[in-house]
Amino acid sequence: MDNLTTWFNDLLAGNVIFTPQTLGYYWTGLVTTSQLVFLSLVIGLVLAIPLAIGRSSRHRWISLPIYAYTYVFRGTPLLIQLYIIYYGVVFFDGIQQTFLWPILREAFYPALIAFTLNTAAYTTEIFRGAIKATPRGEIEAARAYGMSQALMMRRIILPSAFRRALPAYGNEVIFMLHASAIASVVTLMDLTGAARFVYARFYAPFEAFLFVAAIYLCLTFAILYFFRYLEKRLLAHLKPA
Amino acid sequence: MKKLLTITILGMALAAGSAQARDYDHVRFGVDVPYEPMEYRTADGELTGFDIELGNALCAEMDITCEWIEQEWDGIVPGLLARNYDAIMSSMTINDERRQTLLFSDPYITIPGAWFAAAGSELEEINEEALSGKSIGVQRGTTYDNYATDTFGDLATINRYSTADDMVLDLDAQRLDLVFLEFVVGKTTLLDNDEGSYKVVGEMVTEPEEYFGEGFGIAFRQRDEALAERFNEALATLKEDGTYDEIYEKYFGEE
Repeated sequence: MDNLTTWFNDLLAGNVIFTPQTLGYYWTGLVTTSQLVFLSLVIGLVLAIPLAIGRSSRHRWISLPIYAYTYVFRGTPLLIQLYIIYYGVVFFDGIQQTFLWPILREAFYPALIAFTLNTAAYTTEIFRGAIKATPRGEIEAARAYGMSQALMMRRIILPSAFRRALPAYGNEVIFMLHASAIASVVTLMDLTGAARFVYARFYAPFEAFLFVAAIYLCLTFAILYFFRYLEKRLLAHLKPA
Repeated sequence: MKKLLTITILGMALAAGSAQARDYDHVRFGVDVPYEPMEYRTADGELTGFDIELGNALCAEMDITCEWIEQEWDGIVPGLLARNYDAIMSSMTINDERRQTLLFSDPYITIPGAWFAAAGSELEEINEEALSGKSIGVQRGTTYDNYATDTFGDLATINRYSTADDMVLDLDAQRLDLVFLEFVVGKTTLLDNDEGSYKVVGEMVTEPEEYFGEGFGIAFRQRDEALAERFNEALATLKEDGTYDEIYEKYFGEE
Protein backbone atom coordinates (compact mmCIF):
# COMPACT_ATOMS: atom_id res chain seq x y z
CA MET A 1 0.00 0.00 0.00
CA ASP A 2 2.80 2.39 0.92
CA ASN A 3 4.50 1.54 -2.33
CA LEU A 4 1.36 2.33 -4.17
CA THR A 5 1.02 5.70 -2.50
CA THR A 6 4.61 6.64 -3.30
CA TRP A 7 4.14 5.45 -6.85
CA PHE A 8 1.00 7.54 -7.17
CA ASN A 9 2.65 10.60 -5.66
CA ASP A 10 5.60 10.23 -8.01
CA LEU A 11 3.23 9.93 -10.91
CA LEU A 12 1.45 13.13 -9.99
CA ALA A 13 4.55 15.06 -9.01
CA GLY A 14 5.25 18.01 -11.27
CA ASN A 15 1.85 17.80 -12.90
CA VAL A 16 -0.18 20.97 -12.96
CA ILE A 17 -3.22 19.70 -14.79
CA PHE A 18 -4.65 16.95 -12.61
CA THR A 19 -5.12 18.90 -9.42
CA PRO A 20 -7.90 18.08 -6.95
CA GLN A 21 -9.88 20.89 -8.56
CA THR A 22 -9.79 19.50 -12.10
CA LEU A 23 -10.35 15.97 -10.85
CA GLY A 24 -13.39 17.43 -9.14
CA TYR A 25 -14.61 18.68 -12.52
CA TYR A 26 -14.09 15.24 -14.02
CA TRP A 27 -15.98 13.70 -11.12
CA THR A 28 -18.94 16.07 -11.56
CA GLY A 29 -18.79 15.24 -15.24
CA LEU A 30 -18.88 11.53 -14.54
CA VAL A 31 -21.89 11.95 -12.28
CA THR A 32 -23.75 14.08 -14.82
CA THR A 33 -22.99 11.74 -17.71
CA SER A 34 -24.05 8.67 -15.72
CA GLN A 35 -27.29 10.28 -14.58
CA LEU A 36 -28.12 11.53 -18.03
CA VAL A 37 -27.39 8.27 -19.81
CA PHE A 38 -28.95 6.02 -17.18
CA LEU A 39 -32.16 8.02 -16.85
CA SER A 40 -32.64 8.46 -20.59
CA LEU A 41 -32.06 4.73 -21.17
CA VAL A 42 -34.51 3.66 -18.47
CA ILE A 43 -37.25 6.07 -19.56
CA GLY A 44 -36.52 5.31 -23.22
CA LEU A 45 -36.85 1.59 -22.57
CA VAL A 46 -40.15 1.99 -20.76
CA LEU A 47 -41.48 4.09 -23.66
CA ALA A 48 -40.11 1.74 -26.29
CA ILE A 49 -41.97 -1.39 -25.22
CA PRO A 50 -45.52 -0.18 -25.89
CA LEU A 51 -44.28 1.72 -28.93
CA ALA A 52 -42.69 -1.42 -30.36
CA ILE A 53 -45.92 -3.37 -29.84
CA GLY A 54 -47.84 -0.56 -31.53
CA ARG A 55 -45.32 -0.40 -34.32
CA SER A 56 -45.88 -4.11 -35.10
CA SER A 57 -49.65 -3.67 -35.03
CA ARG A 58 -51.61 -4.53 -38.13
CA HIS A 59 -53.69 -1.38 -37.76
CA ARG A 60 -52.02 1.30 -39.80
CA TRP A 61 -53.40 4.16 -37.74
CA ILE A 62 -51.43 2.81 -34.80
CA SER A 63 -48.25 1.78 -36.56
CA LEU A 64 -47.90 4.74 -38.95
CA PRO A 65 -47.64 7.57 -36.37
CA ILE A 66 -45.10 5.54 -34.44
CA TYR A 67 -43.19 4.93 -37.64
CA ALA A 68 -43.22 8.67 -38.33
CA TYR A 69 -41.81 9.32 -34.86
CA THR A 70 -38.99 6.77 -35.13
CA TYR A 71 -38.26 7.95 -38.66
CA VAL A 72 -37.85 11.56 -37.59
CA PHE A 73 -35.70 10.78 -34.56
CA ARG A 74 -33.52 8.23 -36.34
CA GLY A 75 -33.32 10.38 -39.43
CA THR A 76 -31.94 13.53 -37.82
CA PRO A 77 -28.72 14.03 -35.87
CA LEU A 78 -29.04 13.96 -32.11
CA LEU A 79 -27.13 17.24 -31.95
CA ILE A 80 -29.83 18.97 -34.00
CA GLN A 81 -32.55 17.50 -31.80
CA LEU A 82 -30.74 18.77 -28.74
CA TYR A 83 -30.36 22.25 -30.25
CA ILE A 84 -34.04 22.38 -31.13
CA ILE A 85 -35.18 21.31 -27.70
CA TYR A 86 -32.74 23.53 -25.81
CA TYR A 87 -32.58 26.69 -27.91
CA GLY A 88 -35.80 26.20 -29.86
CA VAL A 89 -38.22 26.28 -26.95
CA VAL A 90 -37.24 29.80 -25.90
CA PHE A 91 -38.74 31.15 -29.12
CA PHE A 92 -42.21 30.38 -27.84
CA ASP A 93 -43.31 33.67 -26.35
CA GLY A 94 -44.04 33.58 -22.67
CA ILE A 95 -42.57 30.14 -22.09
CA GLN A 96 -40.79 31.65 -19.09
CA GLN A 97 -44.13 32.14 -17.38
CA THR A 98 -45.42 28.59 -17.85
CA PHE A 99 -45.00 25.70 -15.44
CA LEU A 100 -42.61 24.12 -17.95
CA TRP A 101 -39.94 26.76 -17.50
CA PRO A 102 -38.36 25.49 -14.25
CA ILE A 103 -37.71 22.27 -16.17
CA LEU A 104 -36.60 23.77 -19.46
CA ARG A 105 -34.46 26.42 -17.79
CA GLU A 106 -31.81 23.96 -16.69
CA ALA A 107 -29.69 22.40 -19.40
CA PHE A 108 -30.11 18.96 -17.86
CA TYR A 109 -33.77 18.39 -18.66
CA PRO A 110 -33.75 19.47 -22.31
CA ALA A 111 -30.76 17.16 -22.77
CA LEU A 112 -32.59 14.37 -20.96
CA ILE A 113 -35.67 14.86 -23.13
CA ALA A 114 -33.65 14.82 -26.34
CA PHE A 115 -31.66 11.74 -25.35
CA THR A 116 -34.76 9.90 -24.14
CA LEU A 117 -36.75 10.52 -27.31
CA ASN A 118 -33.76 9.54 -29.41
CA THR A 119 -32.97 6.30 -27.64
CA ALA A 120 -36.68 5.43 -27.43
CA ALA A 121 -36.91 5.69 -31.22
CA TYR A 122 -33.94 3.37 -31.77
CA THR A 123 -35.05 0.92 -29.08
CA THR A 124 -38.54 0.80 -30.58
CA GLU A 125 -37.10 -0.28 -33.91
CA ILE A 126 -34.81 -2.85 -32.28
CA PHE A 127 -37.74 -4.39 -30.43
CA ARG A 128 -40.01 -4.26 -33.42
CA GLY A 129 -37.48 -6.25 -35.40
CA ALA A 130 -37.25 -8.78 -32.61
CA ILE A 131 -41.05 -9.05 -32.34
CA LYS A 132 -41.37 -9.57 -36.08
CA ALA A 133 -38.76 -12.29 -35.98
CA THR A 134 -40.77 -14.45 -33.59
CA PRO A 135 -40.86 -17.96 -35.11
CA ARG A 136 -44.27 -18.71 -36.59
CA GLY A 137 -44.32 -22.05 -34.81
CA GLU A 138 -44.35 -20.39 -31.39
CA ILE A 139 -47.27 -18.19 -32.36
CA GLU A 140 -49.21 -21.09 -33.86
CA ALA A 141 -48.59 -23.16 -30.75
CA ALA A 142 -49.86 -20.32 -28.56
CA ARG A 143 -52.96 -19.98 -30.72
CA ALA A 144 -53.53 -23.71 -30.53
CA TYR A 145 -53.54 -23.40 -26.75
CA GLY A 146 -56.29 -20.84 -27.11
CA MET A 147 -54.29 -17.87 -25.82
CA SER A 148 -55.71 -14.42 -26.42
CA GLN A 149 -53.65 -11.85 -28.32
CA ALA A 150 -52.68 -10.08 -25.07
CA LEU A 151 -51.71 -13.22 -23.23
CA MET A 152 -49.71 -14.44 -26.22
CA MET A 153 -47.88 -11.11 -26.35
CA ARG A 154 -47.08 -11.28 -22.64
CA ARG A 155 -46.11 -14.91 -22.32
CA ILE A 156 -44.71 -15.87 -25.70
CA ILE A 157 -43.77 -13.01 -28.00
CA LEU A 158 -42.27 -10.41 -25.66
CA PRO A 159 -40.08 -12.73 -23.57
CA SER A 160 -38.51 -14.28 -26.63
CA ALA A 161 -38.28 -10.94 -28.41
CA PHE A 162 -36.40 -9.40 -25.48
CA ARG A 163 -33.87 -12.17 -25.56
CA ARG A 164 -33.35 -11.76 -29.28
CA ALA A 165 -33.06 -7.98 -28.94
CA LEU A 166 -30.52 -8.10 -26.14
CA PRO A 167 -27.25 -7.94 -28.15
CA ALA A 168 -28.54 -5.14 -30.37
CA TYR A 169 -29.84 -3.27 -27.34
CA GLY A 170 -26.44 -3.56 -25.63
CA ASN A 171 -24.99 -1.73 -28.60
CA GLU A 172 -27.63 0.96 -28.32
CA VAL A 173 -26.66 1.50 -24.69
CA ILE A 174 -23.02 2.00 -25.63
CA PHE A 175 -23.97 4.29 -28.51
CA MET A 176 -26.03 6.33 -26.10
CA LEU A 177 -23.11 6.70 -23.71
CA HIS A 178 -20.94 7.97 -26.53
CA ALA A 179 -23.66 10.17 -27.99
CA SER A 180 -24.06 11.85 -24.62
CA ALA A 181 -20.70 13.53 -25.27
CA ILE A 182 -22.56 16.28 -27.11
CA ALA A 183 -24.31 17.41 -23.92
CA SER A 184 -21.60 19.97 -23.30
CA VAL A 185 -22.77 22.11 -26.24
CA VAL A 186 -25.74 23.15 -24.13
CA THR A 187 -23.46 24.11 -21.23
CA LEU A 188 -23.85 20.83 -19.33
CA MET A 189 -20.71 19.94 -17.46
CA ASP A 190 -20.65 16.27 -18.47
CA LEU A 191 -17.47 14.23 -18.91
CA THR A 192 -16.70 15.80 -22.28
CA GLY A 193 -17.61 19.21 -20.92
CA ALA A 194 -15.10 18.73 -18.12
CA ALA A 195 -12.45 17.67 -20.63
CA ARG A 196 -13.14 20.68 -22.82
CA PHE A 197 -12.89 22.92 -19.80
CA VAL A 198 -9.56 21.45 -18.71
CA TYR A 199 -8.30 21.63 -22.28
CA ALA A 200 -9.23 25.27 -22.65
CA ARG A 201 -7.83 26.13 -19.26
CA PHE A 202 -4.43 24.51 -19.59
CA TYR A 203 -4.08 24.28 -23.37
CA ALA A 204 -3.42 20.59 -22.84
CA PRO A 205 -5.52 18.70 -25.37
CA PHE A 206 -3.74 15.36 -25.01
CA GLU A 207 -3.95 15.10 -21.23
CA ALA A 208 -7.49 16.40 -21.02
CA PHE A 209 -8.97 14.23 -23.74
CA LEU A 210 -6.91 11.07 -23.19
CA PHE A 211 -7.95 11.06 -19.57
CA VAL A 212 -11.62 11.43 -20.42
CA ALA A 213 -11.32 8.80 -23.16
CA ALA A 214 -10.00 6.40 -20.54
CA ILE A 215 -13.03 7.07 -18.35
CA TYR A 216 -15.38 6.41 -21.28
CA LEU A 217 -13.50 3.18 -21.98
CA CYS A 218 -14.00 2.03 -18.39
CA LEU A 219 -17.71 2.82 -18.57
CA THR A 220 -18.00 0.97 -21.87
CA PHE A 221 -16.26 -2.07 -20.40
CA ALA A 222 -18.68 -2.08 -17.49
CA ILE A 223 -21.65 -1.97 -19.85
CA LEU A 224 -20.16 -4.66 -22.09
CA TYR A 225 -19.64 -7.02 -19.18
CA PHE A 226 -23.10 -6.37 -17.82
CA PHE A 227 -24.66 -7.32 -21.13
CA ARG A 228 -22.37 -10.29 -21.58
CA TYR A 229 -23.56 -11.54 -18.19
CA LEU A 230 -27.20 -10.96 -19.13
CA GLU A 231 -26.73 -12.77 -22.44
CA LYS A 232 -25.08 -15.68 -20.71
CA ARG A 233 -28.03 -16.06 -18.38
CA LEU A 234 -30.92 -15.23 -20.65
CA LEU A 235 -29.69 -16.79 -23.86
CA ALA A 236 -28.32 -19.94 -22.25
CA HIS A 237 -30.92 -22.05 -24.03
CA LEU A 238 -29.63 -20.95 -27.42
CA LYS A 239 -26.09 -22.14 -26.80
CA PRO A 240 -24.96 -25.14 -28.78
CA ALA A 241 -25.12 -28.10 -26.44
CA MET B 1 42.28 34.01 -46.40
CA LYS B 2 40.22 33.10 -43.41
CA LYS B 3 41.05 36.38 -41.78
CA LEU B 4 40.02 38.28 -44.85
CA LEU B 5 36.71 36.49 -44.88
CA THR B 6 36.11 37.29 -41.23
CA ILE B 7 36.88 40.92 -41.77
CA THR B 8 34.61 41.08 -44.79
CA ILE B 9 31.74 39.50 -42.87
CA LEU B 10 32.33 41.78 -39.90
CA GLY B 11 32.35 44.76 -42.20
CA MET B 12 29.14 43.69 -43.85
CA ALA B 13 27.51 43.11 -40.51
CA LEU B 14 28.54 46.57 -39.35
CA ALA B 15 27.26 48.16 -42.54
CA ALA B 16 23.98 46.30 -42.20
CA GLY B 17 23.80 47.27 -38.54
CA SER B 18 24.17 50.92 -39.27
CA ALA B 19 21.59 50.64 -42.03
CA GLN B 20 19.10 49.08 -39.63
CA ALA B 21 19.58 51.60 -36.91
CA ARG B 22 18.44 54.33 -39.26
CA ASP B 23 15.91 56.86 -38.17
CA TYR B 24 12.57 56.13 -39.65
CA ASP B 25 10.73 58.94 -41.34
CA HIS B 26 8.25 56.54 -42.84
CA VAL B 27 6.77 53.66 -40.87
CA ARG B 28 4.81 50.80 -42.36
CA PHE B 29 2.31 49.09 -40.02
CA GLY B 30 1.19 45.53 -40.48
CA VAL B 31 -2.47 45.08 -39.59
CA ASP B 32 -4.96 42.23 -39.78
CA VAL B 33 -8.32 43.52 -41.01
CA PRO B 34 -11.10 43.26 -39.98
CA TYR B 35 -11.29 43.17 -36.21
CA GLU B 36 -14.02 45.59 -35.38
CA PRO B 37 -13.79 48.15 -33.90
CA MET B 38 -10.00 48.03 -33.66
CA GLU B 39 -9.41 47.84 -37.41
CA TYR B 40 -11.97 47.53 -40.18
CA ARG B 41 -13.13 49.04 -43.43
CA THR B 42 -16.05 51.40 -43.72
CA ALA B 43 -18.76 50.82 -46.33
CA ASP B 44 -16.81 52.90 -48.85
CA GLY B 45 -13.64 50.91 -48.30
CA GLU B 46 -11.74 53.27 -46.08
CA LEU B 47 -9.51 51.66 -43.48
CA THR B 48 -10.37 52.83 -39.99
CA GLY B 49 -10.66 51.73 -36.37
CA PHE B 50 -9.12 52.47 -33.04
CA ASP B 51 -5.68 51.11 -33.96
CA ILE B 52 -5.66 52.94 -37.28
CA GLU B 53 -6.67 56.31 -35.86
CA LEU B 54 -4.34 56.06 -32.92
CA GLY B 55 -1.49 54.90 -35.18
CA ASN B 56 -2.03 57.82 -37.53
CA ALA B 57 -2.20 60.23 -34.61
CA LEU B 58 1.07 58.83 -33.25
CA CYS B 59 2.77 59.28 -36.61
CA ALA B 60 1.45 62.84 -36.87
CA GLU B 61 2.80 63.56 -33.39
CA MET B 62 6.20 62.15 -34.34
CA ASP B 63 6.08 64.07 -37.60
CA ILE B 64 6.58 61.04 -39.80
CA THR B 65 4.42 59.46 -42.45
CA CYS B 66 2.89 56.06 -42.08
CA GLU B 67 1.31 53.43 -44.19
CA TRP B 68 -0.91 50.43 -43.39
CA ILE B 69 -0.20 47.06 -44.90
CA GLU B 70 -2.80 44.34 -44.56
CA GLN B 71 -1.54 40.99 -43.44
CA GLU B 72 -3.37 37.88 -42.25
CA TRP B 73 -2.87 37.18 -38.54
CA ASP B 74 -1.07 33.87 -39.09
CA GLY B 75 1.74 35.52 -40.97
CA ILE B 76 1.85 38.82 -39.15
CA VAL B 77 5.00 38.15 -37.10
CA PRO B 78 6.99 36.55 -39.96
CA GLY B 79 5.96 39.52 -42.13
CA LEU B 80 7.51 41.91 -39.62
CA LEU B 81 10.73 39.91 -39.41
CA ALA B 82 10.89 39.74 -43.21
CA ARG B 83 10.76 43.54 -43.26
CA ASN B 84 7.48 43.71 -45.19
CA TYR B 85 6.57 46.37 -42.64
CA ASP B 86 8.24 47.95 -39.62
CA ALA B 87 5.69 47.53 -36.86
CA ILE B 88 2.54 45.62 -35.99
CA MET B 89 -0.40 47.55 -34.65
CA SER B 90 -3.18 45.02 -34.75
CA SER B 91 -4.71 44.41 -31.31
CA MET B 92 -1.75 42.31 -30.30
CA THR B 93 -1.71 41.35 -26.64
CA ILE B 94 1.65 41.72 -24.98
CA ASN B 95 2.89 38.51 -23.44
CA ASP B 96 6.13 36.79 -22.59
CA GLU B 97 6.06 34.30 -25.46
CA ARG B 98 5.80 37.09 -27.99
CA ARG B 99 8.54 39.01 -26.18
CA GLN B 100 10.94 36.26 -27.23
CA THR B 101 10.75 37.46 -30.82
CA LEU B 102 9.27 40.92 -30.65
CA LEU B 103 9.87 44.23 -28.95
CA PHE B 104 6.74 45.88 -27.59
CA SER B 105 5.85 49.50 -27.03
CA ASP B 106 4.12 50.47 -23.81
CA PRO B 107 0.58 49.09 -23.80
CA TYR B 108 -1.72 51.54 -25.56
CA ILE B 109 -4.99 49.99 -24.46
CA THR B 110 -6.27 47.30 -22.16
CA ILE B 111 -9.56 45.89 -23.34
CA PRO B 112 -11.67 45.51 -20.23
CA GLY B 113 -14.11 42.76 -19.42
CA ALA B 114 -17.62 43.81 -18.50
CA TRP B 115 -20.71 42.30 -16.96
CA PHE B 116 -23.88 42.56 -19.00
CA ALA B 117 -27.43 41.83 -17.91
CA ALA B 118 -30.92 42.38 -19.25
CA ALA B 119 -32.01 46.01 -18.87
CA GLY B 120 -34.70 45.01 -16.39
CA SER B 121 -32.34 43.08 -14.17
CA GLU B 122 -32.21 43.94 -10.49
CA LEU B 123 -28.46 43.52 -10.42
CA GLU B 124 -26.73 46.81 -9.80
CA GLU B 125 -23.26 45.87 -8.70
CA ILE B 126 -20.86 42.99 -8.82
CA ASN B 127 -19.86 41.39 -5.57
CA GLU B 128 -20.04 38.01 -3.94
CA GLU B 129 -23.34 38.68 -2.29
CA ALA B 130 -25.04 39.94 -5.43
CA LEU B 131 -23.80 37.07 -7.56
CA SER B 132 -24.41 34.20 -5.21
CA GLY B 133 -26.84 31.69 -6.68
CA LYS B 134 -26.87 33.48 -10.02
CA SER B 135 -26.05 31.89 -13.36
CA ILE B 136 -23.22 33.48 -15.29
CA GLY B 137 -22.52 32.94 -18.98
CA VAL B 138 -18.97 32.98 -20.36
CA GLN B 139 -17.20 31.83 -23.49
CA ARG B 140 -15.37 28.61 -22.80
CA GLY B 141 -11.64 28.90 -22.28
CA THR B 142 -11.45 32.68 -22.49
CA THR B 143 -9.77 34.97 -20.01
CA TYR B 144 -13.27 35.86 -18.86
CA ASP B 145 -14.11 32.21 -18.20
CA ASN B 146 -10.99 31.79 -16.09
CA TYR B 147 -11.60 34.96 -14.14
CA ALA B 148 -15.28 34.26 -13.45
CA THR B 149 -14.60 30.62 -12.56
CA ASP B 150 -11.84 31.46 -10.12
CA THR B 151 -13.61 34.42 -8.57
CA PHE B 152 -17.26 33.37 -8.41
CA GLY B 153 -17.19 29.68 -9.40
CA ASP B 154 -17.96 28.51 -5.88
CA LEU B 155 -21.05 30.58 -5.30
CA ALA B 156 -22.61 30.98 -8.75
CA THR B 157 -23.27 28.63 -11.65
CA ILE B 158 -20.92 29.20 -14.56
CA ASN B 159 -22.35 28.19 -17.95
CA ARG B 160 -19.78 27.89 -20.70
CA TYR B 161 -20.57 28.53 -24.37
CA SER B 162 -18.68 28.02 -27.59
CA THR B 163 -19.90 31.23 -29.21
CA ALA B 164 -21.13 34.59 -28.02
CA ASP B 165 -24.33 34.06 -30.03
CA ASP B 166 -25.38 31.00 -28.03
CA MET B 167 -24.67 32.92 -24.88
CA VAL B 168 -26.81 35.89 -25.92
CA LEU B 169 -29.64 33.50 -26.78
CA ASP B 170 -29.58 32.09 -23.27
CA LEU B 171 -29.37 35.54 -21.74
CA ASP B 172 -32.51 36.48 -23.69
CA ALA B 173 -34.14 33.24 -22.63
CA GLN B 174 -33.51 34.19 -18.99
CA ARG B 175 -31.45 31.08 -18.44
CA LEU B 176 -28.59 33.38 -17.54
CA ASP B 177 -28.72 36.23 -15.09
CA LEU B 178 -25.68 37.90 -16.56
CA VAL B 179 -22.79 37.35 -18.92
CA PHE B 180 -19.15 38.32 -18.61
CA LEU B 181 -17.20 39.05 -21.74
CA GLU B 182 -14.84 41.41 -23.49
CA PHE B 183 -16.44 44.82 -23.32
CA VAL B 184 -16.08 45.57 -27.01
CA VAL B 185 -17.67 42.29 -28.05
CA GLY B 186 -20.47 42.84 -25.56
CA LYS B 187 -21.01 46.37 -26.80
CA THR B 188 -21.28 45.22 -30.42
CA THR B 189 -23.39 42.12 -29.86
CA LEU B 190 -25.58 43.42 -27.05
CA LEU B 191 -25.71 47.17 -26.52
CA ASP B 192 -25.48 48.32 -30.15
CA ASN B 193 -27.35 45.40 -31.63
CA ASP B 194 -30.46 45.72 -29.55
CA GLU B 195 -30.52 49.13 -27.93
CA GLY B 196 -32.23 49.45 -24.60
CA SER B 197 -32.47 45.74 -23.86
CA TYR B 198 -29.22 45.32 -21.99
CA LYS B 199 -27.12 47.17 -19.50
CA VAL B 200 -23.62 47.05 -18.12
CA VAL B 201 -23.53 46.01 -14.47
CA GLY B 202 -20.83 47.36 -12.19
CA GLU B 203 -17.36 48.48 -13.15
CA MET B 204 -15.25 47.44 -16.12
CA VAL B 205 -12.76 44.78 -15.14
CA THR B 206 -9.13 45.14 -16.20
CA GLU B 207 -7.36 43.60 -13.24
CA PRO B 208 -5.67 41.47 -12.05
CA GLU B 209 -2.99 41.34 -14.70
CA GLU B 210 -2.64 37.59 -14.25
CA TYR B 211 -5.97 37.24 -16.11
CA PHE B 212 -6.30 40.32 -18.22
CA GLY B 213 -2.74 40.61 -19.42
CA GLU B 214 -0.72 43.68 -20.01
CA GLY B 215 -2.89 45.08 -22.77
CA PHE B 216 -2.27 45.63 -26.47
CA GLY B 217 1.09 46.92 -27.65
CA ILE B 218 2.75 47.94 -30.89
CA ALA B 219 5.28 45.29 -31.87
CA PHE B 220 8.66 46.06 -33.43
CA ARG B 221 11.71 44.10 -34.46
CA GLN B 222 13.97 43.58 -31.44
CA ARG B 223 16.67 45.87 -32.76
CA ASP B 224 14.39 48.86 -33.33
CA GLU B 225 14.60 50.05 -29.76
CA ALA B 226 14.96 53.67 -30.76
CA LEU B 227 11.79 53.53 -32.80
CA ALA B 228 9.84 51.92 -29.98
CA GLU B 229 11.10 54.62 -27.65
CA ARG B 230 9.89 57.35 -29.99
CA PHE B 231 6.45 55.72 -30.13
CA ASN B 232 6.33 55.51 -26.34
CA GLU B 233 7.07 59.20 -26.05
CA ALA B 234 4.47 60.09 -28.67
CA LEU B 235 1.92 57.91 -26.89
CA ALA B 236 2.61 59.67 -23.60
CA THR B 237 2.12 63.05 -25.28
CA LEU B 238 -1.18 62.00 -26.87
CA LYS B 239 -2.42 60.74 -23.52
CA GLU B 240 -1.55 64.05 -21.94
CA ASP B 241 -3.01 66.40 -24.54
CA GLY B 242 -6.32 64.58 -24.73
CA THR B 243 -6.03 63.25 -28.27
CA TYR B 244 -5.92 59.71 -26.94
CA ASP B 245 -9.08 60.20 -24.86
CA GLU B 246 -10.85 61.63 -27.88
CA ILE B 247 -10.14 58.55 -29.97
CA TYR B 248 -10.91 56.22 -27.06
CA GLU B 249 -14.27 57.89 -26.46
CA LYS B 250 -15.12 57.63 -30.12
CA TYR B 251 -14.77 53.85 -30.13
CA PHE B 252 -15.39 52.74 -26.58
CA GLY B 253 -17.58 55.43 -25.08
CA GLU B 254 -20.54 53.81 -23.39
CA GLU B 255 -23.12 55.92 -25.15
